[in-house]
Amino acid sequence: MSNVLDPAQQLPADRGSSAARRQRFRGSASLGGRRAWVRRLPLLPALTYMIVVTQAPFVVTLWYSLRGWNTLTPGSDRFVGFTEYRQVFADPNFRSAVVNTVELTASAVIIAMMLGTALAILINRKFLGRGIVRTMFITPFLVMPIATALLFKTTIYDPIFGLLDYVLSPFGVHQVNWIGTYAMPSVVLVLVWEWTPFMMLIVLAGLQSESLEAIEAAHVDGANAFQTFVSITFPHLRRYIELGLLLGSIYIVQAFGEIFILTGGGGGNGTATTNLPYYIYEQAFQSFNVSEAAAAGVIVVIGTEIVAAVTLRVLSGLFTASEAMA
Amino acid sequence: MARGFDRRYRYKRGSRQWAVGHFWTTVTWILAFLLFFPVLWMVLTAFKTEGKAYTDPPTVAFHPTLTEFSQVFSAGIGPPFEHSLFVTLASLILVLALGIPAAYALSIRAVPRWRDVLFFFLTTKMLPYVAAIVPIYIVALHLGLLDNDWALVILYTGFNLPIAVWMIRSFLLEIPREMLEAARIDGAGVWTELTRVILPIVLPGVAATALICVIFTWNEFFFAYFLTATRGPTVPVFLVGFLQSEGEYWAVLAAAATIACLPVILAGWIAQKQLVRGLSLGALK
Repeated sequence: MSNVLDPAQQLPADRGSSAARRQRFRGSASLGGRRAWVRRLPLLPALTYMIVVTQAPFVVTLWYSLRGWNTLTPGSDRFVGFTEYRQVFADPNFRSAVVNTVELTASAVIIAMMLGTALAILINRKFLGRGIVRTMFITPFLVMPIATALLFKTTIYDPIFGLLDYVLSPFGVHQVNWIGTYAMPSVVLVLVWEWTPFMMLIVLAGLQSESLEAIEAAHVDGANAFQTFVSITFPHLRRYIELGLLLGSIYIVQAFGEIFILTGGGGGNGTATTNLPYYIYEQAFQSFNVSEAAAAGVIVVIGTEIVAAVTLRVLSGLFTASEAMA
Repeated sequence: MARGFDRRYRYKRGSRQWAVGHFWTTVTWILAFLLFFPVLWMVLTAFKTEGKAYTDPPTVAFHPTLTEFSQVFSAGIGPPFEHSLFVTLASLILVLALGIPAAYALSIRAVPRWRDVLFFFLTTKMLPYVAAIVPIYIVALHLGLLDNDWALVILYTGFNLPIAVWMIRSFLLEIPREMLEAARIDGAGVWTELTRVILPIVLPGVAATALICVIFTWNEFFFAYFLTATRGPTVPVFLVGFLQSEGEYWAVLAAAATIACLPVILAGWIAQKQLVRGLSLGALK
C-alpha cells in the first residue's frame, strides 16, 4: 500500500540497523579486490554497453564540430577550430529554436499535468465502468506518436473536412488553416493529447497512496472537501507531480516526429515550431551543414547536462524524502 | 480502504450527494469519450471508402468496407512489419540479457557505489539523442549498416536498457530479504538463489518491463526514419509513406495506422496495471 517513491525505501542504505545485518550477509561495503570484481561482473556488460552507445557518438560529434564539413562543399572537411560554434551562436534560428523548445516543452508538460490531475481525481472514485474509463484514458499514450501526428494533421486539423472545423462551425469558425495559423498550439495540442494519460497515471498513483486516516481526521475536524484537498492531498501529491513534470520534460524536449509531420518546423513566420531536435535535423539533412549540426548538438548536450544536473538534484531529493518517510 | 470509499460514495437514491455523484460520473464518461474519440475516429475512418472519409459534415453512419485494409496489405506492409518485429524482439532479448544481471548487481548483491551507477543510467535517458544523429548516421554509412535492422537493435537496446535496469531493480528490491537469507543459510549458491528463488518471483515484473520496452521500440520513429528509410523501413516509417500532398488518402492512411497501432495498444491494455511503474522507471507502483 505504501507506494512512495519506493526504490529508496528498501535500498541497502548505508545507515540504520540493516547495516549490521548486511555486514553479515553481504560482506563489508568496501570489498577487497577479487570479491569486488566478482560482484561487479554482472553489471559490467550493461555498463560497458551504455558507455559505448552513449559516449562514443558524443566523441565523434565533438570531432566533427571542430571541422567545417558541408557535404555540398568539396574540401570543406578540415579542422576549423570553433568557427562552427560561433556560427551556431550567431544564427537567429538557433536562438529561436531554444526559445521554441522551452515554450513547447513547458506548455505541453504543464497543460498535460493539469488535465492529468483533473482526470486522476475524477477516476479516483468508485463508479460504474471505472475500468473501461481508465482504459479509454490511457489509450492516447499507446497510439504510435507518428500515427497520432498523421491523423491529427488530416482528419482533425484539415480546414475543410476536419473534425475541428465541424465542431467549431456553429460558432462561426470556418475553414481555418489551423496548422498554418496556429502552428505552435496545434503541435502543443497533439503533445498534450499524447501525454495527459501519462500524467494521470502518475498522479493517480499518488492519490491512491494517500492515507485515508488523515482525510477522515480532517473530515471529523470539520474541514470541507476543498480545504482537505489544499491542506492534505496537495502536499502529498507534490512529489508525484514533480516526478511527472520531470519525466514528461525528458521525453517532450526530444519531440521530433510530431513537428516533422504537422508543421515541418514551419508555420507562421516559417520557423514557429522549430525546436532544437528539428533545427539539428534541418542543419544536417537539409542544409548538409554536418559540422554546424554537430556543433549545435554539442551545445545542446552541454545545456542538457546542466539542466539535468539540477533536475537530478531535485530527483535525488525526492528519493531521499521518501527514504526519510519510510 | 475500499470500505472507506464505499461509505463515502454510496448514498441514498435521490439524495443530493447521490445526484452529485452521478453528475461527476457523467462528466468522467464524457471526458473519457472525448479523449478516446480520435482513436475511435481512426478506426471508423479505416472502414470507410475514401469518398466517405472526405465529407462535411463528417460521415458517422456508413457501410463498413475492408477495401482500405486490403489496399494497405497490397502496398506491402508485410516486410515493414517483419522489420519492426525483428528489431523489437532482438533488442528486447539484448535488454533483458544485459539488464537483469545489472539490476541484480545494483540491488541484491549491490556493488560499491551502486547509487552513482544507477544515476549514470538515468542521465543517459536525459541525453538529447538527436545530437547523436550526425555521428550515428556517418558511422552507419561507413559500416554499411544503413537499412540494416541491427543498427536499430543496437540503438534501441541503449534506449531501453536504463528503463529496464531501474524497473527490474525495483522488483528485485521487493523480494523479502528473509527469503534470500533463508536460502543462503540452507547453503544455496548464487546460481540456485537466482533460478530457484529470485526468478520465479520477479518473472511477472520482467514481463511488465518487456512490455514497456516493446511499446517504446515499436513506436520509435526518429532513428528508424534516418537509418532505414530507403529499403528496410520499420512500421512507423512505412506509415509516413501514406501521407500525400494531394488526392484522397485518409481512409487508407487510417487503415494503415490502425494496423500499425494495434499490437502496442493491445499490449498496453493488458499491461495497464504495470504501466505506471514502467513509465516512472520503477519509482511508483
